[in-house]
Parts: sequence; C-alpha cells; structure tokens
Amino acid sequence: MVSLLQSYAMRLRRKRHRVRAFRKHFSLKPVVDRTRKIRSGDILLFSTMRDEFVRLPFFLQYYRALGVSHFLIVDNDSSDGGREFMADQPDVSIWTTKASYKGSKFGVDWLNWLQRKYGHGHWTLVVDPDELFIYPFCDTRPIRALTDWLDTSQVKSFGAMLLDMYPKGRIDEVRYLPGQDPLEIAGWFDPGNYVIEKNRQYGNLWIQGGPRSRVFFPDRPKKAPALNKTPLVRWDKRYTYISSTHTLLPRGLNLTYDEWGGEKASGILLHAKFLNTFTAKAEEELQRGQHYAGSVEYKSYAEKFQDSPDLWCKWSEKYINWRQLEILGLMSKGNWA
Amino acid sequence: MSVGIIMLVHTAFDRAEQVARHWAASGCPLVIHADRNVPNATYRKFVNALSDLDQVEFAKRHRCEWGTWGLVAATQEASEIMLKSFPEVRHVYLASGSCLPLRPVQELIDYLADRPQTDFIESATTADVPWTIGGLDHERFTLRFPFSWRRHRKLFDRYVALQRKVGYKRRIPNGIVPHMGSQWWCLTRQTLSAILTDPERATYDRYFKRVWIPDESYFQTLSRLYSRQIESRSLTLSKFDYQGKPHIFYDDHLQLLRRSDCFVARKIWPFANRLYNAFLTDAAGAMKRTEPNPGKIDRIFAKAVERRTRGRPGLLMQSRFPVEGRENGLTCAQYSVFEGFSDLFENFEPWLAKVTGTRVHGHLFAPERAEFSDGQTVMNGALSDSAKLRDYNPQAFLASLIWNTRGERQCFQLGPRDNIKDIEWQLARDQNAQISVISGAWAVPLFKSNMNFADIRQEAALLQQVESKHLDVLRSQWGKARVRIWTMAEFIEAPMEPLQTIIDEIGKQSVHGLAEVPKMADLTGFGQFLQNLKNQGMHPYLMGDFPVEHRLHEPQGQTRKPYLVR
Repeated sequence: MVSLLQSYAMRLRRKRHRVRAFRKHFSLKPVVDRTRKIRSGDILLFSTMRDEFVRLPFFLQYYRALGVSHFLIVDNDSSDGGREFMADQPDVSIWTTKASYKGSKFGVDWLNWLQRKYGHGHWTLVVDPDELFIYPFCDTRPIRALTDWLDTSQVKSFGAMLLDMYPKGRIDEVRYLPGQDPLEIAGWFDPGNYVIEKNRQYGNLWIQGGPRSRVFFPDRPKKAPALNKTPLVRWDKRYTYISSTHTLLPRGLNLTYDEWGGEKASGILLHAKFLNTFTAKAEEELQRGQHYAGSVEYKSYAEKFQDSPDLWCKWSEKYINWRQLEILGLMSKGNWA
Repeated sequence: MSVGIIMLVHTAFDRAEQVARHWAASGCPLVIHADRNVPNATYRKFVNALSDLDQVEFAKRHRCEWGTWGLVAATQEASEIMLKSFPEVRHVYLASGSCLPLRPVQELIDYLADRPQTDFIESATTADVPWTIGGLDHERFTLRFPFSWRRHRKLFDRYVALQRKVGYKRRIPNGIVPHMGSQWWCLTRQTLSAILTDPERATYDRYFKRVWIPDESYFQTLSRLYSRQIESRSLTLSKFDYQGKPHIFYDDHLQLLRRSDCFVARKIWPFANRLYNAFLTDAAGAMKRTEPNPGKIDRIFAKAVERRTRGRPGLLMQSRFPVEGRENGLTCAQYSVFEGFSDLFENFEPWLAKVTGTRVHGHLFAPERAEFSDGQTVMNGALSDSAKLRDYNPQAFLASLIWNTRGERQCFQLGPRDNIKDIEWQLARDQNAQISVISGAWAVPLFKSNMNFADIRQEAALLQQVESKHLDVLRSQWGKARVRIWTMAEFIEAPMEPLQTIIDEIGKQSVHGLAEVPKMADLTGFGQFLQNLKNQGMHPYLMGDFPVEHRLHEPQGQTRKPYLVR
C-alpha cells in the first residue's frame, strides 16, 4: 500500500516536472533549428551553456569523434560570441533565453522540454560544456557500440560519475586556449576518497568526495556537491530529469548500479571545471546567485582560492585513459568485453 | 563435394550481404532465411542485392523470436531447400547474418572434406552442463512455456512455479534423451536428411514446439539418433554472458579473433569495419597466421561475466553498491587492528613497521584527525585526514583506505578514546580484519599522565564503559573478524608469545623470529594506581588482576634481557 502511494507520488512529481518544462519552454527562442537533419537512431547531445566560448571548439570536436550526430543547445544569454559560433555549426541546433537559470531548475526544465520534443526514441547524452564523457573502450569503440550493446542488454540508462579534474599548481597559472584539450592543463584527479549513500526516495546513489570535498568542504562534508550522474539515457517522452542529471523519473532509470555484489558497466564524466577561466566565472556566478543552494559552492571556492588556489596533492593521480579509471575502481566494464 | 551455408538474418543486411558474397566466392551454396519481422521493402532490397549470385536461395520467412520454435522451423525449411537444390553439398553449416568467417573458406571446406562422416554439433545432456538461463535445465523439456520469457517474465515465472507445485510433467516422446548445446552446428547430409525425413518427425516437432529454447535442443537431441560420429563442439566461436546473450566482437578484438581456432565467429558488431575488412579478404590476406589460443578468449569473457556477477570484493563505487550481506568482503584485503598495544609499548608503531614491513598507522579514528603513518595529512587515494570527512562516512573511509593501498598490508591502532561507535560493527563483521586487543591498556596513559586524580577517575570510568561495550561487539556471534583479546595482566605475563602469533599471521616477518622486541612501558606502581581508582569507587576490571605489590609481573625494559620466542 505504502509503495503504491509512493509510486503515485512519484508519478505526480514526474508530471509536475513535465508541466514545468512545458511552461518554461516559452522563454526559449530558436536561433538556428536544424533538427530536421536528425535521423532515427542518431545519438543526440543536449547541453546548456553561458559564456563558454573558449571551451566550445574542443567540446564539439570531442563529441563528434565519439559519434554524436546532433547537438541541441540552450544558450543562457551568452555575450562572448559562443552563441554565434555554435549557430554556424552544421550539426547544431541552438535556442537562446534570457530567463533565469535558477528559475529553470538550473537548466533542467529547458532540456527536459527539448528532450521530450526531439529525444524520444534516441539515445540522449546530457553534459555540460566542461564535461567529457568516458566509457569502457571509448578509445576503440564509438558511442554507438555502447548504446547498441545497452539496447541488446535491455538497459535504458547508463551512469557516469563526475570526476573533478584539476591542474598541478595554481589554477590561474596556465591559460586555456580555444580548441585545446583541457586535460593537458587540468589532468589530475582524486583517485579514492569518495563516499556513497543510497537515496531511498529516488533509488539513486548519492556520491560525494573528490577535491571539492577535500579542499572546500572538509568541515561541512554534507554540503559537498553530488557527483553521481546518469547522462546517457534511451529517452522516452515520459521521462524527466529531476535535479540536474543526478536524478531521473521514473525511478527505475536511476538503478545504474548492482546491489548483489556484481558490477554494472559505468562511465565517467571528466569535469574540467578548474581551468584559469574558473576564477572569473566563480566571481560572476557569485554575483548572480544563480546556482544550487544559494551558490554555497561558489562562495566556498571564492574564500578558498584567495589563500591556497592549489587542489593538487601528493596522492593526486594523473589521468591516462579509461583503463586506468577502471583499475582504480572509479568505473567498470561490467559485463562488456 | 562442398559445404552449404544456411544463413539466418534479421538485421544488418549490408553485412549479411557482404558475408554471403564471401561464402559464395568460395563456391559455397547458400540458403538464406530472413525474419518475418523484417519490413518487406528491406527484405526485397536485400534479395535484389544478391540476385547476381546463382547459388543463393531464399527460404520462406518465419517469425523468429528469441527462444521460440520459429528459429527451428526456419532452419528446417532452409535445410530442406539446401538438400534438394544443391545435391553436391555434403556438410551443411548453420550460421547467422552476424557471423564472420575467421579463416579462409577453403580451409573449412578442406577440413570438412577430411571428415566426411563427422557431425559438428555441441550436444550435451542437461545433467552435464551448467549453462542454464532462468534456473531451468531439465525442466525445459518437461514443462510448458506459453509465455514469453523476455516480455512476460512474471507470467513465465508464475506459470513455471504453478506447474512445479502441481507436479505437472510432459512426457518425452519415444524415450529420446534431451540434449542441449550451441544452436550453431554443422551437420552431414546423411544426419540432417535423416532428421528431416524421420517418420516420427511430426511427433518430435509437436513436442519441441512447446520446449523452451528449442533451437538449442531440437537438432542437438535428434542428431544423437542418427549421427554416425558426433563431435560435440561448435565450429562457431560464440561466447555467452550471464544472461545467455551472446558477447559481441568489436574492432579491438581483432588480435584476439586471430588466435581463435574456430572457423566462424559470432556475433560481430555490424559497424566493426576493421574486423570485416580484415577477415573478408582473399585467402592470402585473410589469416595472418598466429598460434591459436582459444583459452585467452575464454578467459576474457569469463572475466567479464565474473565482474558482472561477483564484482571486485571490497570495492564500493558508482555501479557496485551491494546491500548488506552481499558485499562479498567488506574490504578488499586483510588488515590488522591493534588495541592497547601502543599504550602498553612505547615504540610499538615503528617496531611493528620494522618487523613486518607493513604500513602502520596511528589511531585512524582519533577524534582530532586520522593519524596516518609518518604524520601524513593525505593518504593514498587522496584520502584526507580530516576527522569530519572521515566521520561523515567511516565505513567508506575504511573501505577506501584498504582499497587504495592494495598490495600493502595496513595496520592501525584503535582504542576507546577514538570515535569507534560508527566503525566497530564494520570491523567485527569484516573477515579481512585481524583484531588484537589488550583490554584495559588505556589505563597506562592515564597512569603516566599528569592529570588530577578526580579527572583520571572520571576518564577511566568512561573509557572502561566504552571498551566494555566494544568488546561485546567484537565477541558478537555475527562477528567474522579474527579477534584475539587478552587482559593486560594476561598479556604482560608472556608478551612475546601473542606478538609472535599475530605477526606470524601477518606473514611478512623474517624466519629468524623476532630479533627485536618493543619496549614496554615501566609499570612500577601500576597496581597501586589501580588500587587507588578502586579506593575512589571506580573498579577497573578490564585489565585483569594486578596485585598492589607487583613484583612478580613487573616487566623490565633495560634491566632484564629480552626473551625471545623460538
């Protein structure tokens, strides 16, 4: 009985998010709509961006190489030329909005709408411009190999934990240039300090840890940002993201982990957030107050970076490839061989 | 005499066409069956594309859902066409559209020509093989399965349970012995035609129509009736995962496939260009000869199944988060916990590190910070020494520490002053933990301290209470750790013996025994100290009996020669 009620509550919540997405979509103005080019079976990428111009060339190059066919982008009022740059790309459709990022649940409402409209029946990848998706065999197999395999395994969602990458030395020391692989600068990560808890309500795992816990939140570990994500989903118009790509409804999509001792296949989102662009961004975000939980994260960054802007430590690990992440136990091949 | 290929196709028609041409180029006649679920337009295009080949026939289309009779019916029909249209065919090879010939086709033809009477079909009785999906082995031949396992799993399971309960059993006709095996076979004309023209075929067909996954048992069973010589193996390399799905081969498997001793591999990912280019070439380029090593292929796929079903013990991560009881090891390696030792011995930690060569930490769960070895503030894995981070999830802290230091044994100190409440159960339940306790040793630092006696009394009462509860946990019937508990009095009676035992178990130490012993604290007057506590109404009992005049037990640092065990 209780579980029936819960299911019903979840159903309502899912519907409410779909209504929100509908309401919020009116603020989206198409800049260039090339969605007619989308063919069935295409793998689609959805993303929101704001003043990320410098990252975009590499971002496109990276995901094109993996085999993403079309990019659907929401531009949140960029003023750095990023919107115009994206509009010129043959495989990009872009919408723009001046509406509040916070008011759209940090972009979730906008993307939920676009996914519902264009993502139905496709494998959809939702990533930020500073996230690079890594999966088992990504150096030898295109993303299509993964999604085909997930299809035959009748799996609808694929988890990829966020792995914060940082440089050795001050983060403002080296300037990141357009088109450059951000991992050349921010090539280090924390290999083994993550904590996991199961979220009873949605069934997903709540993962925290990494440099942000270690350096910014050692005294308030509960406040540290969540790192669990489910970016790759075989989308259905009834699905909805609840909070960023951390949580999905229906709840079954959150079960990207095994509870009986085995390992499911999983990937990693390399989070190249900590580049020289970060300091300016943090300050701006602080001004706008448009981020999660009153931008507590950015406040903490601003304080910390004033005195010791180095996230690197003796036990930081330099990124090599997915096999390294697999051996470290951060991701898994699962049953895929 | 030649080999005829039956090809079952349901998707990736361009690849199927490519492979069909490859077979045909070596003079193998083909009969192709396409699934009825394939749209007519696609099918017609496929048929047209192959119309220039004269040795290709198409069989009537059946609906081929996984594990259903349709696959057998399709195979039967295609076989009949093959035997009738191509009288020169001696062996018939059953393949699929996603099969890829690994060796030049001529090699296969020669191989079969040398074995004109041999049927290659994997065929084993249910008693002999463990490969069963859904826990059904012999029952797949004795129950009925009207519901789809893929689409109506619940109904399927319930109906099976019901039949078990009522004791329903189908009769197996004519006393045939059910055999199972890979559905990809290669049969001789004699055997195949005997099966197809059996006067009892209608009976068998009727029976197998209701058997679960008949494509893995129909020919496998009936060939046993007629074959003169069965070699029970498939010439097709095919690996299955734990759900019974075939593993798929990709470009990066090229070197692996070259080492296979099979003629054909399945399944190949349709976009594996490198594989198709490498193997579908002329005989000269086809096989860069490498020594066959099928064991390597086996290992890789067996490992994948193992990783999916058992995972890596002691690892907690985004896609492995076992419920309690299914962890298969709370940590990934053995470690040692010492309680009271660093109180009793002045130089215990460096001594232990020296004798065992292990990593020796201080009190990892101390209230101020995690006391990592050598005073480090960050440990392997970038694990922080912050007490708040550690106490936020102590279980994860411990599991991470042991995981991050794989290959190097970890030892650490624990005591009633530490934040042990949230970790002691985990330690007691962990079969990797070796826990050694000298109970009551926490009194030694108090004895040596310069605190006011009233404070000492209060502190002693608290520590005794905490340790007493802790010992209950360690002694719990749920415990899996190797726990050894001595009272302090017991321990100092003959300290080297227990130390030797513990260190032997760690198993790192040199064969010459303990060349050096740790220095014990000077306990002169300790008995009196305990008596004073008693006099104040606080009864310390965990350390055992210490007489007030403690001449007998008094341990000696420099005054006496250290005694050695062995």
